[in-house]
Amino acid sequence: MRRETILNLAIPGILLATALIAYAMDEPYIITLATKAAILALAGVGLNIALGLGGLVSLGHAAFFGVGGYAMGILAFHAQNYMPIWGVIEGTKSMPIIWLVALIASALTALVIGAMSLRTTGVYFIMITLAFGQMLFYFAISWPTYGGEDGMSIYLRNGFPGVNTLVPLNFFLICFVILAVVMVLTDRLGKSAFGLALQATRQNAARAEAVGLAPYRLRLVAFTISGAVTGLAGALFADLNRFVSPSMLSWHMSGEIMILIILGGIARLSGPVAGAMLFIALEYVLEDLSHYWHVYLGAILLGVVLFARGGVIGLIAGREVAHD
Amino acid sequence: MSAALLIEQLLNGLQFGVMLFLMAAGLTLIFGVMGLINLAHGSLYMIGAFAAAGVAGWTGSFWLALMGALMAAAMIGALVEMVVIRRLYDRDHLDQVLATFALILIFSEGTRFFFGSLPLYLDTPDLLSGPTMLPGGIEYSKYRLFIIAVGLAVGAGLFWLISRTRIGIQIRAGEADREMIAALGVDIRKLYTLVFALGAALAGLAGAMIGPIQSVEVGMGEPVLILAFVVIVIGGIGSIKGAFIGALLVGLTDTLGRIMLPQLFGLFMDASSATTVGASLASMTIYILMAGILLFKPSGLFGGQS
Repeated sequence: MRRETILNLAIPGILLATALIAYAMDEPYIITLATKAAILALAGVGLNIALGLGGLVSLGHAAFFGVGGYAMGILAFHAQNYMPIWGVIEGTKSMPIIWLVALIASALTALVIGAMSLRTTGVYFIMITLAFGQMLFYFAISWPTYGGEDGMSIYLRNGFPGVNTLVPLNFFLICFVILAVVMVLTDRLGKSAFGLALQATRQNAARAEAVGLAPYRLRLVAFTISGAVTGLAGALFADLNRFVSPSMLSWHMSGEIMILIILGGIARLSGPVAGAMLFIALEYVLEDLSHYWHVYLGAILLGVVLFARGGVIGLIAGREVAHD
Repeated sequence: MSAALLIEQLLNGLQFGVMLFLMAAGLTLIFGVMGLINLAHGSLYMIGAFAAAGVAGWTGSFWLALMGALMAAAMIGALVEMVVIRRLYDRDHLDQVLATFALILIFSEGTRFFFGSLPLYLDTPDLLSGPTMLPGGIEYSKYRLFIIAVGLAVGAGLFWLISRTRIGIQIRAGEADREMIAALGVDIRKLYTLVFALGAALAGLAGAMIGPIQSVEVGMGEPVLILAFVVIVIGGIGSIKGAFIGALLVGLTDTLGRIMLPQLFGLFMDASSATTVGASLASMTIYILMAGILLFKPSGLFGGQS
């Protein structure tokens, strides 16, 4: 097995082991942190489809994360108030339905934003995705029905058939299984004809076009899938906190999801998982150490970008870039 | 809506647009010359505002505060360029985004460390406080008129600098072909530091001038930064003229949208829901404007091929 293949199994394994050991030692807070890491990793895996495979530097993925979060928030809000949406659609507290709605809503959002943003490339694309993300952020702030600036709380975590989701370990396992399934699917996607074509457009769009591929369509599909996965992560994140607010849509969120990928290693299958664990661990350790922990996070990020471009996995697995 | 109110709102929009221009001009110059996307530009705006608040608190003079803000932003800009930014010119945009995002984290938390989390306030100088009478009997804030005047003057100065001076020739040459002008004996590293410091000073000036209107607080630069991006996308990257037109468009659209949309919806809705829907949509108008312009001109109004 290649060193990276071993890592792809070992890194999620460490996450699972952390949660199980924390369960054995009766440390529910650590389980919650592990759950947060799994969810952020899922968001990162989503962004990595656009960023790693497609080379699309989206600084607006918080939009999809937030749309997923609000999908959960709105459905659960109507369910807990026994107040159908527009008087017709019943809300729901069932996770599978919420996930489906979150996937569809964020995919549609990504399709619309992508269709406009992908007409441009390079810096324009970065700025435009950022701007559209900000648009949804301000919309959420100024729309009072679902809490506006204050966000809204959901009293009780949503349910999953046959599982008591109030037990921290159970909810972790749900998130972890979703993460694992999505990672396997992403791996397959990267090796499929579609994935190869997408990577070709990243490496050289003009040549890809010359052999008959349609970069715009490939990128749009990748962007939509990417947004959908990040949206699913948003729904889980909202469920973890039992709270949705515009901060899920803020561009800091986009930046954080991107940081996860870079800390772990870009275009690596388990890069976002390693990055998310590192990010959460840093947050946990540094926040204790200093109130101003973002300074250290910034310094570490700067160091990784300037001097260790492969991220954690790049350091361990050797080759600096996974693709090419 | 009365004509006086409309003119007042037009002036507010102009003032907002001029502020955005000061931010966008620096961003577009830095991108045009060095090919760098600088997310930390909003931090320089914040540094300008805090430096102004600091100097004003110390000396009590608004004019010294303005000078202090310009100098602090330019010096920190030059320092950051020499320590960090310089290493990013050859990197791809992703690395630039991440490194400058890291700089935001460092600057924001650093400022919080030195100045605390409470917002600061800058006083309007006596000379400019209160309203003045415009022709036609319209009262308008002297200070906002001052901002418009300074912004227009800086804009004119910038056009002159770029099109008429030796430095301007070098900057334009740097945009066109950096190897060639290095070969012709221009110290390109110095030129880059200079351009970055110039952009930083413009951002610092904008931040210092906004101080008496808004509160000075950590994170104040980011909404402006993102609006400045919208401006650049509309105007076309690298074009100062585009930044100017884009900034005015965004400033006017945003200000007028906030006033007019709730009234527009009030024509066929009850007042409270008109306010709600109007305000929600008003927060989106400039992005819709941006999307509309992109549909027809993907590289902005004055941009070349992207």
